[in-house]
Amino acid sequence: MPLAPPITDIEQLKPHPALARLVEWNASVVQAVKFDRDELTIWVEKGAIREVCAILRDSTDCPFNYLCDLTCVDWYPSEPRFEVVYHLLSIPKKERVRLKARLDGSSPAIESVTSVWPSANHYEREVFDLFGVRFTGHPNLQRIMMPDNWEGHPLRKDYPVEGYR
Amino acid sequence: MTQFPATVAEPGQDRTLVLNMGPQHPSTHGVLRLVLEIDGETVVRLKPEVGFLHTGIEKTCEAKFYQQVVPLTDRIDYLCPMTNNLAYCLAVEKLLGLEIPPKAQWMRVLMNELTRINSHLVWLGTHAMDLGAMTVFLYCFREREDVLRFFEMVSGQRMMTSYFRIGGLALEPPLGFFEKVKKFADRFPGNVDEYEGLLTGNPIFMMRTKGVAYLSAEDAIALGACGPTLRGSGVDMDLRRDAPYTGYENFKFNVPVRTEGDVFARYLCRVQELRESIGMVQQALAGMPEGPIKADAPKIVLPDREKMKTQMEALIYHFKIITEGFTVPAGEVYQAIESPRGEMGYYIVSDGTAKPYRVHMRGPSFANLQTLAKMCEGGLIADVVAAIGSIDVVLGDIDR
Repeated sequence: MPLAPPITDIEQLKPHPALARLVEWNASVVQAVKFDRDELTIWVEKGAIREVCAILRDSTDCPFNYLCDLTCVDWYPSEPRFEVVYHLLSIPKKERVRLKARLDGSSPAIESVTSVWPSANHYEREVFDLFGVRFTGHPNLQRIMMPDNWEGHPLRKDYPVEGYR
Repeated sequence: MTQFPATVAEPGQDRTLVLNMGPQHPSTHGVLRLVLEIDGETVVRLKPEVGFLHTGIEKTCEAKFYQQVVPLTDRIDYLCPMTNNLAYCLAVEKLLGLEIPPKAQWMRVLMNELTRINSHLVWLGTHAMDLGAMTVFLYCFREREDVLRFFEMVSGQRMMTSYFRIGGLALEPPLGFFEKVKKFADRFPGNVDEYEGLLTGNPIFMMRTKGVAYLSAEDAIALGACGPTLRGSGVDMDLRRDAPYTGYENFKFNVPVRTEGDVFARYLCRVQELRESIGMVQQALAGMPEGPIKADAPKIVLPDREKMKTQMEALIYHFKIITEGFTVPAGEVYQAIESPRGEMGYYIVSDGTAKPYRVHMRGPSFANLQTLAKMCEGGLIADVVAAIGSIDVVLGDIDR
């Protein structure tokens, strides 16, 4: 089964409920889209991430009411270095969408979505711990996996697999 | 680690007391630490502390070939190794665009449902033991032993199976395997009746579980609950039915949903799931197709030993896969499946090389743990034990 080439044209992907809702609300927050392997990815403006999540959660046709997963990818050494990845699921409509926000490597920070989904609490702490991305407005941004006095953020690409010796 | 709440900094100022539960507490099923702030017997605040089992599996995956990650996935949620294998294999197969032969798919469903039975039996035994019912534990582990023997038959290992491989299965099931599973499947509903006879109508068990650790449907969704914890709160969601993978669309089963949202509701959901799972095992045995167990993709799937030792071409492919791995087209996928605890998701990013660029595991226990504070705050200390048991945490899955 050969892979179909990804679709990156916004107009072609308009029928997807998540993209339709975002474009209807404010088309300028959508930076890019990709439909690859049956999964839709939307790159959004990092400053608008909390509003985007709230809009999608409260959408009437297809409410993306469940935050499946929140994680990060480090594209070191290219810039913007970090991509924070949100996987959203609509329980009533069984639709999924992936949101991404790009962050610079110098001082990565993005607004927390804990006010939209309280479940983001632990995920954001994990990303903060392992990638060093700060989430502004998070109620308890502390390390969760590593000890408090740990130096560095292990899942960054410039952190050696065997740790610092 | 979490700071102790400020209320204890100045003694005598407040009536509450901070109590440390775990990480070596027997009812925490591993190394979970709970910081409880209590007022008499009532829990005022609860903070889970995790990370004691953190082994950096996600980082390790980035340094391995794709096929070398499979054994690592066993070690995440160690009560359902096959489910982890399946989630990872499906994600990589989706990245590759690989088609899996029907027999391998049916075997995957069969083994997955046996894994669910295995996991639920451990949960039922330990949960009942936490609440004082010792006998159930012995009964459950009796049947679990049978399931572990099936795992040993197909993979040679009781717990860390690594039976599913990218592109199919590791080995053909041995002779006599299906007959033995069939015998077990015929007998097992009677065993579930035994467990239910000990617990479901038991007044002590009902007093310990009914109305305890309540979680509403809205809270369950907002806090990210999944699996039986979500279904026990009245949200009808099961990925096996809603987003079928590996041939689940060919199976008939019901999704048990309870609306009470308490420990007893979650208990009933899981016990009913045991019955549904054994029904699916029966269906898989009855309809097991014939054919190959590996995809026809010599550059990805290891050749049979026999071929590898007699044919030059197979030997070359074998050597190439072992020494260089296989490349995966660039891209990213998120593959979610229904593990015994809920949505187990693998997010894999490929940069076109033979090693994954990023592997992230969305562990169902990590999500469910966040509901614990909501369930326990305002309840009694003794009910914390019931609540932990009812969300069925596995710490390997939380800490990774």
